[in-house]
Amino acid sequence: MSAPRTFAQKVLERTSGSSGLKPGDIVDAYPDLYMSHVASWRCIKTLEKMPGRTLYAPDRIAMVMDHLSPAQSSRTAAHHQLCRAFAQEHGIEKFWDVNAGIAHLVLMENGHILPGNLIIGTDSHSTIYGALGAFGTGVGFSEITATWVTGKLWMKVPESIKIVVDGPLPAGVYPKDVMLRLIGQLGADGGTYCSLEFHGAWAEGLSISERSTLCNLSMEMGAKNAVVPTDKVTEAYLSERGIAADAYDPSLPDPDAEYRETVEIDGRQLVPQVACPHTVDNVQPIDAVAGTELDQVFIGSCANAKYDDLAEAASILKGRTIDSRVRLIVTPGSRQILTRAVNDGIIATLLDAGALITNPGCGACAGDGGVMADGERTLSTANRNFRGRMGSYDAEIFLASPATAAASALTGRITDPREFVRSGERVEAAV
Amino acid sequence: MNTDVIIPGRYLVSIDPAELATHAFEPLGEEVQRRLLASKVVVAGRNFGCGSAREQAATALTGAGIQAVVAGSFARVFFRNAINTGLIAVECPEAAAAARDGDVVTVDYAAGRVEVNGTSYAFAPYPAGLQAILEAGGLLPYLQSMDGGAA
Repeated sequence: MSAPRTFAQKVLERTSGSSGLKPGDIVDAYPDLYMSHVASWRCIKTLEKMPGRTLYAPDRIAMVMDHLSPAQSSRTAAHHQLCRAFAQEHGIEKFWDVNAGIAHLVLMENGHILPGNLIIGTDSHSTIYGALGAFGTGVGFSEITATWVTGKLWMKVPESIKIVVDGPLPAGVYPKDVMLRLIGQLGADGGTYCSLEFHGAWAEGLSISERSTLCNLSMEMGAKNAVVPTDKVTEAYLSERGIAADAYDPSLPDPDAEYRETVEIDGRQLVPQVACPHTVDNVQPIDAVAGTELDQVFIGSCANAKYDDLAEAASILKGRTIDSRVRLIVTPGSRQILTRAVNDGIIATLLDAGALITNPGCGACAGDGGVMADGERTLSTANRNFRGRMGSYDAEIFLASPATAAASALTGRITDPREFVRSGERVEAAV
Repeated sequence: MNTDVIIPGRYLVSIDPAELATHAFEPLGEEVQRRLLASKVVVAGRNFGCGSAREQAATALTGAGIQAVVAGSFARVFFRNAINTGLIAVECPEAAAAARDGDVVTVDYAAGRVEVNGTSYAFAPYPAGLQAILEAGGLLPYLQSMDGGAA
């Protein structure tokens, strides 16, 4: 009988054709999908330096035009043009243009991410694919290009950390708050090179959207990947997209697998959390920063611009008007999310409250529109608050949940959302 | 030291090392940028290069003439990007802690040794596969050298 294995061990053994892997071993793994977003043109330019090379598996290449989209400069437009022509020439069927949304959400919504898959992407937040039980990890564009032609890349087998959250969370407290708390506790390098596995009843009770917030933010602890093991929730999500459970190998971790450590968080007493400038691990409970004056509130990004995030914000903003001192920018994560939010009136509610709705994509999170002047402050639902990320190097970014963002837009100051969230009321969760 | 400070996102429309180098460390001000351009080694603390997967964080440094980064620790994607673009990334907390502005730092990565003002510090040498990539000057030159670039 083979030794018990973690999720990461199982996925890397399958994709490298090896067995008995231990943390620290280095293998050549063959990923199931190679995602490139704004970096796609860099991959194509790199490929041009290797004349005569052919693509190992065009059906494993996914390109999504999500940053700098639609193009705001002729330079960016030329990059998009290059990607379109390349996709056409090489028959890249998983090509998503500027109307699709953020790469991660688009690929998940459209059934391109399956449990147990190994997925590499030119984006650090590729850890998000663990929400669907996949092993997602970020790499540079040269590595994507190399994988285009060889089909493989070297990977070190990571140690694993088990994370268990005691729930339920109080009203007004969300998975985003849990993750900010965890990042504040473990630090920005607390999970470096590790595979994070979320276990326990609380994680099992979360929707795929909520799980994607967990796995996305795990990157901010340095994680190599993060996963909520595949279960009935994952199966139901995929089944709705016509994918049966026999189409994938979930690579479930063995119950007695070896973990570097187990981290437990008591979510039952948690209060809303805020990451303060200029690092994601500079986390404070909301009381410590409540009242801080804001110039802008941004609801967007692959961390928190999903349907339920917009719905949560709308439930707080309904029938109210934002403070005249702030700009509220809402950037839905994808076209599917925007369509659903239009159809059920959520977008109308946000517009009535005074929000600016932009096209789906990365938007202000990547400094792509919605940037700040010297001395300004934004409260954002994104995953990163580094200096200069949203405009001026002399501006500040605070990170929080969509509910905290909505409550803060109403007052123009960082505001505890529990003042606005009725106890026991929970927006139906879905991506 | 995160990726957005090493090379701000607004400059990622370029992959030219020389163009990127003019904006490396820009959020830290002109004095730091001037010192970067006059150096061959960057010495840093923990979690150097945390954040984005942008490969240009490594390229901006090589474009600025940096040959090695000696740090307490690295974020994993930056470490990969460094090796893949031919930038020596040495994890050696003792050497990083010992170095001061203006010190002479020498890196012998094959031997696994960093010298700071004549004092030697050991670090774990790279696995053979990574060393081969670095010696070729990065991942793509390595791939081309492996089979001559034949299809």
